[in-house]
Amino acid sequence: MIEFLQQVINGLSLGAIYALIALGYTMIYGVLRFVNFAHGDVFMVGSYAGFYLAPLLIAGLAAEGAAKPPWTPPFAKNSLAGAICVLVAAMLICAALGIIIEKLAYRPLRSRPRLTVLITAIGVSIFLEYTGQFVFGVDPRYFPEILETHTVGNFPTERWHFLNLDDLGLAVTNVQLIVFVVTLLLLFALRIVVLNTRMGMAMRALSSNPTACSLMGVNNDVVVSFTFGLGSALAAAGGILYALMYPSIDPLMGVLVGLKAFVAAVLGGIGNIPGAALGGMLIGVVETMVVGYGEHIGIASSYRDGVAFAILILILLVKPTGLFGKSEREKV
Amino acid sequence: MARNIITLIAATVCASLSTWNLMAQEELKVGEFASLTGGSASFGQSSHKGTALAIDEINNAGGLLGKKVKLITEDDQSQAGQPATIVRKLISGDKVVAVLGEVASSKSLEAAPICQQNKIPMISPASTNPKVTEVGDYVFRVCFIDPFQGTVMAKFAAGKGWKKVAVLTDVKQDYSVGLAQFFKEGVSKGGGEIVKEQSYSTGDKDFKAQLTSIKATKPEAIFVPGYYAEVALIARQARQLGIKAPLLGGDGWVGESLLPVGGAALDGCFFSCHFSADDEAPVVQDFVKKFRAKYNGTPDDMAALGYDSAMILADAIKRADGTDSAKLRDAIAATKDYPAVTGKITLNEQRNATKSAVILGIESGKFKFVESVAP
Repeated sequence: MIEFLQQVINGLSLGAIYALIALGYTMIYGVLRFVNFAHGDVFMVGSYAGFYLAPLLIAGLAAEGAAKPPWTPPFAKNSLAGAICVLVAAMLICAALGIIIEKLAYRPLRSRPRLTVLITAIGVSIFLEYTGQFVFGVDPRYFPEILETHTVGNFPTERWHFLNLDDLGLAVTNVQLIVFVVTLLLLFALRIVVLNTRMGMAMRALSSNPTACSLMGVNNDVVVSFTFGLGSALAAAGGILYALMYPSIDPLMGVLVGLKAFVAAVLGGIGNIPGAALGGMLIGVVETMVVGYGEHIGIASSYRDGVAFAILILILLVKPTGLFGKSEREKV
Repeated sequence: MARNIITLIAATVCASLSTWNLMAQEELKVGEFASLTGGSASFGQSSHKGTALAIDEINNAGGLLGKKVKLITEDDQSQAGQPATIVRKLISGDKVVAVLGEVASSKSLEAAPICQQNKIPMISPASTNPKVTEVGDYVFRVCFIDPFQGTVMAKFAAGKGWKKVAVLTDVKQDYSVGLAQFFKEGVSKGGGEIVKEQSYSTGDKDFKAQLTSIKATKPEAIFVPGYYAEVALIARQARQLGIKAPLLGGDGWVGESLLPVGGAALDGCFFSCHFSADDEAPVVQDFVKKFRAKYNGTPDDMAALGYDSAMILADAIKRADGTDSAKLRDAIAATKDYPAVTGKITLNEQRNATKSAVILGIESGKFKFVESVAP
């Protein structure tokens, strides 16, 4: 039983990461009806941004033998403020990257068929991967511990708790909890932006009819830039949290994760924000269960990815719009 | 007339002297192919340094058969297809008497058939895939093959009294699967028990599911015959889940990012390897000293194997007393108990080296020599 609960926890924490990345996918799709395949690579750039920024902002993180930062880092080791600062800085860098990518690669093609843009997105993705290999090196790098990982003994806090995890034999790390909380926070923040702000209104308007939207005085270019900036910032947040949980980063880390997040977004109904979050969780838990218990029903643990994609196919067969997607009639 | 004769004699003597001179200066050419640039350059550079050091040493000691040895090194740029071209050039262009190379099994497998066809002996320093020497009777290696490490680690675990062991294999790597298979056989032979088998794929980052199911079986040790990138994360996550059992592995653990990523989680773990610069055997310390003097760095296992490949060849040329390819082949094949840097090497009937492996432990973020295990 404890083993099962532990597997559920493992699954949810993996799923939270997928969910976080899927949010960016789904938002860009929701507004622009376009799958940004470079999303997973922006996520990778986010990790590397954190990798290079962390020693500059937080004391005591410079790798052995590496050059010391030119100034005294403003934050002490293991401070929450420092970690948040690295997170925000990486998000800003990736937001800028997202806006630049959109301006250079996608904007010139906006009037072309959607397929052209889709293929360009794949091109951008490959460009980022290989530029990354060239600039950052091929070998995996160690992501500095911007927050020290430790197992949480009592839940939810040391002082006020109703669960003693140690006694139960359950292992939960602070990073797993942080990933969970940040995913939920960003999920709600995103909903508020989309539903309750003027920019969000413009995004929804653009999504339903771009021409009418611009006729109403909305500057479509600004809205599209904002959407890409926001989506890429989400990818960066995912990149930092992912690297915090799995502190070995490499230029191709975004490929499979991006694909899984895409599956999560489609599973939840692409364009639907809570759907993406739920889809991510579902994929995470299913993968973990396949590894943990698959052998009892004759599925080897190495089929974890296969099962995730098989579920996608099944859901698309039964409910092509995904779990929460609204069916949409193609205009002729 | 007499004058003419004298001139003639003088001329003949001069001519024969100069031929003799030429003979003395004639070089014994040895070819080497290595990945000096590209993806596996760090391996290629290392093994090349070792080989070059050995050739220098041989020449300083007067060369072989009265001739200087010339090492002709070609870079295969870590690219598939290159080794075949290069080795053809070495054999038919440079007329080398033997070929040394390569670290990567896939590259050695390209060159081996060409050496075999031309009946030029080839010695690979570090290709551990069993298939390499199966190409033909002119292909040798000075390293042990994959299965051996599995057997060694099984013996080691038994020696430590770890009876209940779990295995976590990288199913995408033949290397990992091979080691795991021989480890499992070794454990059952030694009276131990495999309590759980789990697997992952190269590139995975999350191993908590596998580790949780392993944890439930309470193993005394976990065998993880993968590569360093994944092993470091596996160690971290195992400790996070509260698994205290030591992890065991093979030479795939050696990699730049293992210790930085794994950190304290790897303390108390063990892996098998070809060579350790901390080994106190005189032959090892002697090599380390020479290497430091020439390159100002500590040799790794690839350098040691590169060195051994050249030394084994030199030893065989001496015993064959010539470079006739068939005789040289037989001499290499007859190598027995050669005191190499990476252990006493005997080449068996499959032309693989039977020799000891070194077991390294990790203590407070540093590799530490534990013991050397004889085959």
